[in-house]
Amino acid sequence: MDVLKADGVAVFRGERLVFRDLSLAVPAGGALVLAGPNGSGKSTLLRLLAGLVRPAAGMVLWDGEDAFADIAGHGRRVCYVGHQDAVKPGLTVTENLRFAAVVSGRSVRTALAAVGLEALADLPARMLSAGQKRRLALSRLVLSAAPLWLLDEPTLGLDTAAIERFGGLLAEHRAAGGMVVAATHVPLPLADVAGLRLG
Amino acid sequence: MRVFWAVLARDLRLSVRHGADTLAALLFFVATASLFPLAIGPGPETLGRIAPGIIWVCALLAALLPLDRLFGADLEDGSLDLLMLSGLGASGIVGAKALSHWLVTGVPLLLVAAPVAVMLRMPEGGIPALLIGLLIGSLLLSLFGGMGAAIVLGARRGGVLLPLLILPLVTPVLIFGAAAADAAAGGFSARPHLLLLGAMLAAALPLCPLAGGAALRGAVE
Repeated sequence: MDVLKADGVAVFRGERLVFRDLSLAVPAGGALVLAGPNGSGKSTLLRLLAGLVRPAAGMVLWDGEDAFADIAGHGRRVCYVGHQDAVKPGLTVTENLRFAAVVSGRSVRTALAAVGLEALADLPARMLSAGQKRRLALSRLVLSAAPLWLLDEPTLGLDTAAIERFGGLLAEHRAAGGMVVAATHVPLPLADVAGLRLG
Repeated sequence: MRVFWAVLARDLRLSVRHGADTLAALLFFVATASLFPLAIGPGPETLGRIAPGIIWVCALLAALLPLDRLFGADLEDGSLDLLMLSGLGASGIVGAKALSHWLVTGVPLLLVAAPVAVMLRMPEGGIPALLIGLLIGSLLLSLFGGMGAAIVLGARRGGVLLPLLILPLVTPVLIFGAAAADAAAGGFSARPHLLLLGAMLAAALPLCPLAGGAALRGAVE
């Protein structure tokens, strides 16, 4: 049973048509990797699936129903990690996650442990390296209760150990019936994936 | 509702961390208001007469200062996307941001308005009406400001555009707010002016977040 489906969607960015007649389907526990050259619309497709961008044509379906009928409710079904880390340098590592923790009701400490940042919990985020900031952004995935993970170049700046650990998180999420849609140029630690080529 | 308070708590925590930015509006208010006695002369006759107007204009301009960063910082670092996906809805986010703007800018302005009024030799009878007017007026400024900040979000030179967009909208607030204080200082009833301000607040409370939410959706797209 395909939970997430896009049916003949088209998206404009300003005056430019990014893609059209695009269809995809992701079953529960499935993973879809988006590939394609720069500017082919991978990020735009992720933002479309998140409900941040509206399609000019076509429909995005969730369990066979219009996913955007309740746009605020759809936001709760997805966890989006864009290419920006959304990390506030003035707050500590824990404080950066507090908002996401209140939304989902899960524990910040578990999420930090899952990405190996628990030792830095009380450090101001401005002291983190680029890779550590990325891990902090990825810890929001563990923190969220959303079934659909939308990942834009998730492994950018991560070291091999962190990528391996991230692969474990992805497998765990999928084993629990969660879905992953990722845009990437490098191979992700994902087994048994579907691919979609844009552009 | 839980998410609404979470957005508010997050914004307040950020304001505390960036204390200098938070204090800037307050200092601007006190500094500009204290320029008037120097420019016009300290004679109580003239100064007391125009004090309500001075306080209102300075409060209005000071409230505009932090609006530029109200959504701007979150748009730049990607936090706005996460807020939009929190399940609260765009209007709720604008509402929470407007409330945080009021708590961080409006409330401190209210607190220092009375000492500034005394400094400007405003007749004592007018000060309660001035403060009640400012209480309603600062809420209105935050609501209009939150809406305006959402509308200019992502536009080049948004900081320049913002006052041009908001000042015409808040002109009625300024007129009735200053008139209420003026009336009370002259021995008349401030009630009709304050009631009109209240009516504006009743209209802006649902409409500004609604309009701002629609603008916010467009900005993240």
